[in-house]
Amino acid sequence: MPFEWVVALRFLREGRFQTALIVSGVAAGVAVFIFITALVNGLQANTIRRTLGTQAHIVVRPVEEIAQAQRAVPPGTASIPKIEARAQRLRSIDQWQLLEQDLVRTPGVVDVSPMATGPGFAVRGDASKAVAIIGVDPVRYNRIVAIGEKLVGGEFRVQPGEAVLGRELASDLGIGVGDRVRLITTENEVVTGDTLTVTGIVDLGVRDLNRRTVYVGLRTAQSLLSLPGGVSQLDLTVTDLFDAERIAAALAATTGLTVDSWMKTNAQLLAAINAQTITTRMIRLFVVVIVVLGIASVLVVSVVQKRREIGILRAMGAPRARIRRVFLLQGAMVALTGSIIGCALAATMIVVFLKLARNADGTPLFELAISPELFVIATVGAIVCGVLAAVAPAQRAAALDPAQAIRM
Amino acid sequence: MTSPLIELAGIRKSYGTGTEVEVEVLHGIDLVLRAGEFAALIGPSGSGKSTLLNLIGLLEPPTAGSYRLAGQETSALADDAITALRGHTIGFVFQFHHLLPAFTATENVLLPRLIAAGPVTAQQREGARDLLRDVGLGDRLDYLPRKLSGGQQQRVAIARSLALGSPLVLADEPTGNLDTHSADSIFALMRRFNRERGTAFLIVTHDPRLAQRCDRIIELVDGRIASDRMHEASLATTT
Repeated sequence: MPFEWVVALRFLREGRFQTALIVSGVAAGVAVFIFITALVNGLQANTIRRTLGTQAHIVVRPVEEIAQAQRAVPPGTASIPKIEARAQRLRSIDQWQLLEQDLVRTPGVVDVSPMATGPGFAVRGDASKAVAIIGVDPVRYNRIVAIGEKLVGGEFRVQPGEAVLGRELASDLGIGVGDRVRLITTENEVVTGDTLTVTGIVDLGVRDLNRRTVYVGLRTAQSLLSLPGGVSQLDLTVTDLFDAERIAAALAATTGLTVDSWMKTNAQLLAAINAQTITTRMIRLFVVVIVVLGIASVLVVSVVQKRREIGILRAMGAPRARIRRVFLLQGAMVALTGSIIGCALAATMIVVFLKLARNADGTPLFELAISPELFVIATVGAIVCGVLAAVAPAQRAAALDPAQAIRM
Repeated sequence: MTSPLIELAGIRKSYGTGTEVEVEVLHGIDLVLRAGEFAALIGPSGSGKSTLLNLIGLLEPPTAGSYRLAGQETSALADDAITALRGHTIGFVFQFHHLLPAFTATENVLLPRLIAAGPVTAQQREGARDLLRDVGLGDRLDYLPRKLSGGQQQRVAIARSLALGSPLVLADEPTGNLDTHSADSIFALMRRFNRERGTAFLIVTHDPRLAQRCDRIIELVDGRIASDRMHEASLATTT
């Protein structure tokens, strides 16, 4: 073994108690770092997954129609126009097929699914419920929202003449899979109706949504909503969830349409997640600072305790750079040992947490991933911090004057 | 006549240079020590013996003057070059042994080699053990310093100072901390290595009895060389 390694190991072994203390400190720091990161990541992923379970990442809609003052004002006169906002009628996105092809090619966009949606009534016997009719292509829609996972009965099949209902709506109407339901719309004051067979029942996770959602095929919706060949919105998913707002803004600029990301429509949730992220970062930063100070203080004490030995080593021909390396290595060794123990500790904490934190029905509260990258990052980070923490003590050791150090 | 190992010319050393409390400890020392000499450096406390030894050992630089070690002028050398020259040329024996407590006797002897040439071979390890056997510690090879007596620790220190075969050993009060019997045997050991290996020794001592047994006695008083004489007995043997 080279000189620096031999001496660094011996110095650490000699100061056994100090070494054990600081290794424990690093281990605790690394464990907290990994556990809190996994916990918050899991929590956020869970919250986002639940929120986006029924939402597209980005929704593209036609621009709202705006009423404008028609009358020109003669020069020299003032006018105070009172303009009533226009009622927004249901419209199709202009040339949506072309737009869709453009969207699919946009970097960052994964999938696009067309949707024709509008208001209507679901009627069975005497009961009539106001509903949102959602016309989709089932295969493509499933790529946006994992609707297949939300089925509680039947299957998600929306061929012409078929519909899938929200759970509460089905029970309000007393309908099961295989029963028939009549959908009525009143677009443009024309009453249109169609009778459909219920092929599936879904639970969207939100009761209000369940109470008013009816999925039908795209064509069925187009004819019910008087949107022949048209779609009222395009749903998008993107690769990086948190890039959605940037992509949405870019798309809005290029298409001139209304483009909303999930980040905009769930601003409060996002604010909460951001606050959580900042809190976690602060905690991690403090943990890092404490670990660095801990390592540095132990090594500073060690330099003072070992002045004479450092002096002897210098007298025997060890140059300053090698003395410096001895202490930098000690920082790295302490950090490596501490982070290996810390990783094991964090893994144990995660396993125990998954065992203890469970819903009433025994399912895990949320998923906590034991991700290898996190462990690698924590270990590499700890070693870098260990070396950085050792810089000042190593500098002091290297600067020691051998004659003085030996005399003490 | 052998070649000069140490050549000091007009060496001065001051502390607190540039301040109001500047003190000059050495006032112009001229000294030549040849390879294979066995010399004592004596003088009262505060005469500058330890300072002179530190200067010769390249542990601190002189304020003025010229110092040639093994033919090389040292004043112009950078810190790393000085460290390397010191490592190869000079072995140290200090009053309080100064072994590294975390290393066994054998490992302490191997340290200079580890510093100079990296990882040690089995052969070099055996060489270190032979050296320890030679100083009478054959049964203490793997003892930690705290398990050894003062005299035994000093033997390890002597073995360590000879580990790289340096031509010069500087010993600062090597027997100052030992009883008479141990002091005699340590002194005898140094004398033996001087004769067998031709290693030059410069020994700082307070003990006139031991100084008398050296070939040359250099006396330092108030930072000046007061006398520098060859011992008659040794003159008789060397001439």
